[in-house]
Amino acid sequence: MSEIKTDRAYTSDHEWAKTEGGVVRVGITAYAVEQLGDITLVNLDIAAGTALAAGKPFGTVESVKTLADLFSPISGTVVEVNLALIDKPELVNDDCYGGAWMIAIEPSQPSEVEGLLDAAAYGKLLAQ
Amino acid sequence: MVPFAGYEMPVQYEGVKQEHLAVRGAAGLFDVSHMGELLLDGDAAGAVIDELITNDASKLTDGRALYTCACNEAGTILDDLIVYRKARDRWLIVCNASNREKIAAHVAAAAKGRCDFEDASDRTALIALQGPRALEVAARAGGDGPALGELASFALREAELAGVTCTVARTGYTGEDGVEIFCAKGDAVALWRGLLAAGSELGLAPAGLAARDTLRLEARLSLYGNDIDETTNPLEAGLGWTVKLDKSRFLGKEALVAIKAAGLARKLVGFEMTGRGIARHGYPLLDESGRALGICTSGSPGPTVNRNIGLGYVKAGHAALGTKLLVDCRGKPIEAVVAATPFYKRPSR
Repeated sequence: MSEIKTDRAYTSDHEWAKTEGGVVRVGITAYAVEQLGDITLVNLDIAAGTALAAGKPFGTVESVKTLADLFSPISGTVVEVNLALIDKPELVNDDCYGGAWMIAIEPSQPSEVEGLLDAAAYGKLLAQ
Repeated sequence: MVPFAGYEMPVQYEGVKQEHLAVRGAAGLFDVSHMGELLLDGDAAGAVIDELITNDASKLTDGRALYTCACNEAGTILDDLIVYRKARDRWLIVCNASNREKIAAHVAAAAKGRCDFEDASDRTALIALQGPRALEVAARAGGDGPALGELASFALREAELAGVTCTVARTGYTGEDGVEIFCAKGDAVALWRGLLAAGSELGLAPAGLAARDTLRLEARLSLYGNDIDETTNPLEAGLGWTVKLDKSRFLGKEALVAIKAAGLARKLVGFEMTGRGIARHGYPLLDESGRALGICTSGSPGPTVNRNIGLGYVKAGHAALGTKLLVDCRGKPIEAVVAATPFYKRPSR
């Protein structure tokens, strides 16, 4: 069973969203990383200051085998982009719940965060 | 495990990159039992095969094999094969799993009334042992293992290995030294376990189809269904060396003579990404000003060469080494350059 952190919310696309102060940090889950394998390229096609709607793509993660789109779990304004991943995509394999966060969003509709899966619900999804 | 051509296929064990590097650095063990094995027995077997393939089977002696294409009347590729002459009147063809039914029917029709034909795929397992330490692993597997190092490239022999009766060929699909081992289906597990145990101290690792794909791409070995198929001919695919137009006849010869005389409209080239992107099968290839040039047929990161590499067809005028290309990575044009292949060549040891 892939690691799931209880301190954050999840999407059915295997992303996590963690509220820290006024912003929500977004990354991909350990399950997603296991499915992708060795990650060799992270593209974050979005700049700080950009408005992003829930469900819209903001980048891609590519492994040796395949490619996955990244979708924003919530609506809001991008306040930070983790550019370190551009040069060190392998960070996603090493620390997907920590240093390999992808973007930070200031939510425009905080209720969207409430609507995401909690750790238990995400665990159930993986168990299916 | 994923289904492929009716088999449950091991795509990866510990991870593509790890398995890939294990094969380059030590040795890997692949279960490729999905490959098709066709047997032809009889005085006319060699002649039957020779009429169906582009390479020259008449040059083979007992215990030798060759790589070849089999083309249709139009000179495009039905499959790529390894043809083994076990004896003058006993031949083996190994074909791709995805083409097995087509090729079995094709060869059976040619053999009818001339020699015996059997599709032995369902009763035959195939295990590939590949890597710089592959022959050391074999040497520790008992039986004839220690003698296999004497087997020449593309030679084959009957042998006993790990207590299993098998046919061993010095062939592979990784760009490394190694052997491919045929045995009866019921003996495959014993052979697999015996080889894994023999290689445990030598760094032998089970390797899946995903690693097989990145290994063969670095070595520029064609993958049927990606780089070659019934819409491509061997000359444009860079497989002209398998086409012996001096043979008196073979299926597709007239078409290939005409294609060669007319000159190639496109060529399969290797390229490496110079911009940030990974080319994938099916991505369009463009010239520097964005005009269509062709299509990427294979692409991925190359774990050994540490570059993002690919193969693709481009218009003949854009095939020279160093030609700049753009790869349309899902709408984003990313820079690439035509590069020398194979991307990886094993060091001489």
